[in-house]
Amino acid sequence: MEYEAVIGLEVHVQLNTRSKMFTRVGTGFGQPPNTLTDPVVLGLPGALPVMNRDAIEKSIKVGLLLGCKIAEVCKWDRKNYFYPDMPKNYQISQFDQPICEGGEVEIEMPGENPAKMGAHRMVELTRIHLEEDVGKLTHYEQDSLVDYNRAGSPLLEIVSEPDMHSPDEVFAYLTSLRNSLVAAGISACDMEKGQLRCDANISVRPKGTTALGTKVEIKNLNTISGVRNGVEYEIRRQIRAIEEGTEIIQETRRWNPEQKYTTPMRTKEMAHDYRYFPDPDLMPVKIDEAWIDRVAKELPEKPFDKQRRYQEEMNLPYSATSSLCGDHLLCAYFEEATALAKSPTKTANWVVNDLLRELSQANKVDEFAEESNEAITPQSCPVSPQSLAELINLIEDGKLTNNVAKELFPEMFATGKTVSDLIKEKGLDQKSDDGEIEGICADAIANDSDAAEKFRGGKEGAINALKGAVMKATRGQANPKVVDETLRRLLS
Amino acid sequence: MSEDAPMDIDYVANLARIELSDEEKTTYQRQLGDVLKYFEKLQELEVDGVEPTAHAFPRHNVWDKDESKQGFSATEALKNAPQSRQDQVVVPKVIEE
Amino acid sequence: MSPDSPIFKTATELSADLTAGKISSVELTRAMIERVETVDEKVHAFLHLDQEDALAQAKASDERRSKGECLSPLDGIPVGLKDVISVKDQPLTAASKILENYRSPYDATVTVKLKEAGAVVAGRLNLDEFAMGSSTENSAYGPTRNPWDLERVPGGSSGGSSAAVAAREVPLSLGSDTGGSIRQPASLCGVVGMKPTYGMVSRYGLAAFASSLDQIGPFSTTVEDAALLLETISGHDPLDSTSFPKDIPSYSGELKNPAQPGVIGLPKEFFGPGMDDEVRAKVDQTIEHYRSLGYQTKEVSLPSTDLSIPVYYVIATAEASSNLARYDGIRYTSRSERAQNAIDVYAKSRGEGFGSEVKRRCLLGAYGLSSGYYDAYYLRAQKARTLIRQDFERVFKEVDAVLTPTAPTPAFKFGEKSEDPISMYLSDIYTISTNLAGLPGISVPCGFTQSGLPVGMQLIGQAFEESKLLNIAHAYDRDHLYGRQAPNL
Ligand SMILES: [Mg+2]
Ligand SMILES: [Zn+2]
Repeated sequence: MEYEAVIGLEVHVQLNTRSKMFTRVGTGFGQPPNTLTDPVVLGLPGALPVMNRDAIEKSIKVGLLLGCKIAEVCKWDRKNYFYPDMPKNYQISQFDQPICEGGEVEIEMPGENPAKMGAHRMVELTRIHLEEDVGKLTHYEQDSLVDYNRAGSPLLEIVSEPDMHSPDEVFAYLTSLRNSLVAAGISACDMEKGQLRCDANISVRPKGTTALGTKVEIKNLNTISGVRNGVEYEIRRQIRAIEEGTEIIQETRRWNPEQKYTTPMRTKEMAHDYRYFPDPDLMPVKIDEAWIDRVAKELPEKPFDKQRRYQEEMNLPYSATSSLCGDHLLCAYFEEATALAKSPTKTANWVVNDLLRELSQANKVDEFAEESNEAITPQSCPVSPQSLAELINLIEDGKLTNNVAKELFPEMFATGKTVSDLIKEKGLDQKSDDGEIEGICADAIANDSDAAEKFRGGKEGAINALKGAVMKATRGQANPKVVDETLRRLLS
Repeated sequence: MSEDAPMDIDYVANLARIELSDEEKTTYQRQLGDVLKYFEKLQELEVDGVEPTAHAFPRHNVWDKDESKQGFSATEALKNAPQSRQDQVVVPKVIEE
Repeated sequence: MSPDSPIFKTATELSADLTAGKISSVELTRAMIERVETVDEKVHAFLHLDQEDALAQAKASDERRSKGECLSPLDGIPVGLKDVISVKDQPLTAASKILENYRSPYDATVTVKLKEAGAVVAGRLNLDEFAMGSSTENSAYGPTRNPWDLERVPGGSSGGSSAAVAAREVPLSLGSDTGGSIRQPASLCGVVGMKPTYGMVSRYGLAAFASSLDQIGPFSTTVEDAALLLETISGHDPLDSTSFPKDIPSYSGELKNPAQPGVIGLPKEFFGPGMDDEVRAKVDQTIEHYRSLGYQTKEVSLPSTDLSIPVYYVIATAEASSNLARYDGIRYTSRSERAQNAIDVYAKSRGEGFGSEVKRRCLLGAYGLSSGYYDAYYLRAQKARTLIRQDFERVFKEVDAVLTPTAPTPAFKFGEKSEDPISMYLSDIYTISTNLAGLPGISVPCGFTQSGLPVGMQLIGQAFEESKLLNIAHAYDRDHLYGRQAPNL
């Protein structure tokens, strides 16, 4: 029998606010343990929460970006359960009045090959709610250590409908969601830093049927590949169980990324009774039209919309747009450069090939470095969009050969010098001085009368030997177009 | 909720994470049963269409701007901790329920 | 003890003496410390008194006054705090074993306000553990005794705060009131105690019992002093999202311009059976006095009154079960030595660290919120709370204040009600609905029983109209000043 998986995701995204969700102590990653704490974060007796307005605004932004209905009024509830990473032993969250409902995420499935666009479709969202993060537990042989720096950071939970059916769709969903959230500037979505975390609800059913199978929740899917592998494993496990006639129990399982399998955490019978109730320490949030309109004005273009625009308006090839549109910073760079450069396609190619290569080399993590430096972005890199545009325009004008440009670019990236700086410095001014070129061409014809005769006799290809000689004599610095024209004139 | 459904004291004690002796269980089972019986007044009340009161004087949008302030040092944060190591709180092994 | 001793003076009088240079804050604070050393063995109102710290604050106050830099009328005057209000670097036990070794790393907002006013913040006062109780018998550190009769309870939960003022150990103190925890002990100890409108005084730094009901308020021997302390601690606090943005007038200043006598409502549901005869007699005399002052009295009805106890206990215990979850043996509370794993830490630390009433309420609260019971208990109680609020809104269209007894009986004996939760819960019958409606209430001493036990009357006011309420209370109090009578200790 053939089976179909039904998958829904709960994605937790840390918002990049300066201060926490319910107190004004700072947020951040990699700070000394327990220094991003205060009475509220630690849940000390008497501490009280105060909402972070920006976290709410950022949530509205995400909701609008994903086409959700923004609540007119949302409120705060306490989710009660005991765990050492949760200082108050309740999490302030939103139960029955979340900030956003509905919405969708556009996904693209892999195409036949990287140059071909794959199928697009919408994955439905159930809701998005805002809550506070927990601290970080590190487990040791005998005990565990708790650092509360992360506790209380604003956390957005984006819940999808059970609307995905394969690990590839899950991967596409996460990639698309992440691109949108990063583009909106609400989170860096760095999974390694725990800024984006994912739980998956998975069931399988015979293909063609509509009733849902028993659902299993997978936790600890903490890298994008982990999500894909964990989901894949769990689907296989469930299908095998059905085929072997073993019952699938409704439970929560943990993905073990090292061993690559899921293990049971708790069953439905052991499920928590969270005792949700409205948090009496906090007042509700009212979101009016004016606020929504204001936020709507700041929305970025959605990555897939941008990709379509590049293809339609600029005629860029799919492969270039797909590399660009996964990275909104690269897009911003491209748009700045292409506004000044003469060819959008060439600009895209330079950005996607050369700039990206230099960036990734520069950002390669030195495993032995004490701490990682700030990543170099297209914006902070030494080659400005203006500088790239200059380079492209010199090529387009026939003043620089592509080969020389390719050689110069890494140096521009390394030194921050402009292409004209380097040309001057290296005496690379292209020999397009007509008198000089004409002399060299005449010499070449004189030195290879054989080739000259053949060309005159109608053998078009014979001109290449002459061109080669000229280029050699000019050490490649002659403008090929000028050389071609001059030779033809002299030979006619 | 009434005599026919007495409070499951073990379940509730586990929810509240309070270890109870057998003696305590018996006492609380009885006392809380009495209290719940006393609360039955509430069950008889007609509350259709009545809005719940979560706050005596409700307001909206009580918030702060997103500005970060200096917090505790690790020493201050852990001053009252029963056990700490490497500037973190030590807890006995966390086992999944 | 000489009747001229500073300990028998009101804060208002002491403020004048300090200004006139008749006494220094250090002398006053020393007198207070001596008084505590003499009588607190009997009364046990104090859980902790940091003498050195108190004297240092007094000295700083004297230095300010000598330079003419007096911060407020309370500059140099000692104020005791219920041991649920945080003071930086001082203990905060909430009268619980679980917080035995805890010291607060921060000041509550009321503490900041007192310090800014120059008051000598001194003494951690006893209470029912986590403010749960009506007798102070639920303190893990032993009960407080009623200064008028050491065989009897001082009321609760702010029994230490009321007894400390009644025993003249401090001229002023703060308590917290969730269902009557300021007014009932004030009544039983013969002092003034006031619960402000919900939102008038910041709860930041107050170890929460029931967040939607808790308010901090003053204890004093006169209404005039209560006004002085209340105006010092009131005001909007951005650290408490339930704090209300209202300008705070000078309550004590406004007492000097008495308002025209208005209308006092007498809710018939509060004058039914269950009230002690002597209490009734004293309250009747109080009503007569108001009439003699030109006040009109009017019978009113608060029909949802009989719901107030169940509604209160469902809501308060639910909120408490969640608020007290943080006392778990992990970050700052005592950890059970029997704990083998993290789950153990919770159940065993809480089992060992909490007293029986706290356990009872946490269990009840968890039950009322648990799966399948939420709608029947918590949600229903919240709806019934609306009805109780509406009762008062209706009544306050016709009257300026509502007058009731504060407690059904004078101080009762130790152990009398501690085995029967419901009878203990009923001792808050007259005070609870005020919290549910969020309204201000004040208990003013209105005489003594034949056996010499104090009786208090309660005035309930309109929301955010503390000035009017204090004015009406003062109209009675200045003619009687029962709170100025001190017990023999
Ligand atoms: Mg979830
Ligand atoms: Zn969540």
